[in-house]
Amino acid sequence: MTSLSGKVAIVGAADTEVGILPGVGATQLCVDAACRALSDAGISKDQVDGLVTCNSMAEPYMYHAEAIAEYIQIFPRYCISASAGGGTTFSILHHAASAILTGMCHTVLISMADTLRSGLSREQAMLMQSATGHGQFERPYGPTVPAYYALIAQAHMAQYGTTQEQFAQIAVACRKHAALNPAAQMREPITVEDVINSRLIADPLHLLDCSLVSDGGSAVILTSAERAVDFPHSPVYLLGVGEGHGHEHISQAQSLTTSAAVESGQRAYAMAGLEPKDMDLAQLYDCFTPTVLLELEDLGFCDKGEGGAFVESGAIELGGALPVNTHGGLLSHCHPGNPGSMFALTETVAQLRGVAGERQVDGAAVAMVHAQGGIMSSHTSVILGRETA
Amino acid sequence: MANHSGKIFPTPTRETAHYWEGCREHKLRLQCCVSCGKHQFYPRSVCSHCLGDQLRWIEASGAGKVISFTLVRRAVSEAYKADTPYVVALVQLDEGPTMMSNVERCTPESVEIGMRVTAFFEEWSEEISIPKFCPI
Ligand SMILES: [Zn+2]
Repeated sequence: MTSLSGKVAIVGAADTEVGILPGVGATQLCVDAACRALSDAGISKDQVDGLVTCNSMAEPYMYHAEAIAEYIQIFPRYCISASAGGGTTFSILHHAASAILTGMCHTVLISMADTLRSGLSREQAMLMQSATGHGQFERPYGPTVPAYYALIAQAHMAQYGTTQEQFAQIAVACRKHAALNPAAQMREPITVEDVINSRLIADPLHLLDCSLVSDGGSAVILTSAERAVDFPHSPVYLLGVGEGHGHEHISQAQSLTTSAAVESGQRAYAMAGLEPKDMDLAQLYDCFTPTVLLELEDLGFCDKGEGGAFVESGAIELGGALPVNTHGGLLSHCHPGNPGSMFALTETVAQLRGVAGERQVDGAAVAMVHAQGGIMSSHTSVILGRETA
Repeated sequence: MANHSGKIFPTPTRETAHYWEGCREHKLRLQCCVSCGKHQFYPRSVCSHCLGDQLRWIEASGAGKVISFTLVRRAVSEAYKADTPYVVALVQLDEGPTMMSNVERCTPESVEIGMRVTAFFEEWSEEISIPKFCPI
């Protein structure tokens, strides 16, 4: 079996403006992200022969990627859109890299955008939110998305003695990083007390344990390692990737406190021939603070049950042992829905190129980027590096 | 019958109709696999353990324990607002399977992980009764 490791690289990466962008459509933002990534890679649209997008809630299309291809008049050989976000974004990156390796296409543009903040009414957003969950066996009981994650948090607290303050520490670290990121939606520093004193949404989760609702788009360009050296920026190589899929509905989860991030992480580390201790930074999916804590444990950055102590030690802050979500994450940078994971990817490219400005991790050479979707259901771990091995 | 209009009503399917008929009679029904003897929830056309297609319906005792819960303070929609804060819980039935439900007939703040609960039924319409739990 041929390994992907070191054979595919990211050669272009860019975000649109993010935050609250009234008057900008989701399609327009997706195209904006694509144009910026092409410009970053120094190529024309005609050099793209693969296109990946995700569908938009605000401006959906039956065939979204085809709609974007048509909009910018490109005629790819590989064209697909994901219907979900989170871990699916990185699964599709995995598949796009495989498509390059097998010769299905040479240069893939992945562009994702949505306008959850400005493109949907409050009622539409509520309706969308309530659509998560099993129609017969969960939704009648009135769960919200924060409630599903609260079930995970509560179980972790009961099993391992994790505290609300420890979850809050994750929101504080993300905000601290966002304060150093001019692009971030929320930059005002916060304290653990601010998180604990914010309104309870679904116990033990407070408002500031929950990610933002934003508009925004982000895109990357992938090509083979051989071609990658001809691009203006140093390539960022895909060293390892792995997926783990546990369940769809949280009421069917095998475990509330250990997720399929264990398998996705192990598969990615094995492909890269690296270990958790080799990572210089990590971007971990933070739709709610407890997901980061579980991912730190499941990806092997600390022992099971030690996540609380790990974040309390300051390890995940810039300057700590493992800076996490250096751009501010979904908690403080932006969260436009399905495209959310993309910003962790473009931030990692900036870190590995050494151009992350005030939030640069000194000597960053290897990074873990992990996303999950559903309710800790579907996981993909990606290891990126400055060198091929 | 209290007014539950606007709430999210389940729509029974071919696989789940017998379950919802049971609820209407205030019986909590589970499937048990003839081949491997395991119970499953939610109802399926095959056994999720061994894919056996011989499934027998049993009436569960209704007893179980809370394995996790949350107090929902911001309701999912207008129709659930009057119930806030309401408890959404995962209940592991004594027969094995886990189901989501509400824990009621107690103060929400008194619910805790490990708490023993038993099923009761709340009538939402002529056709639909919803299984919920209360402390034993
Ligand atoms: Zn069976």
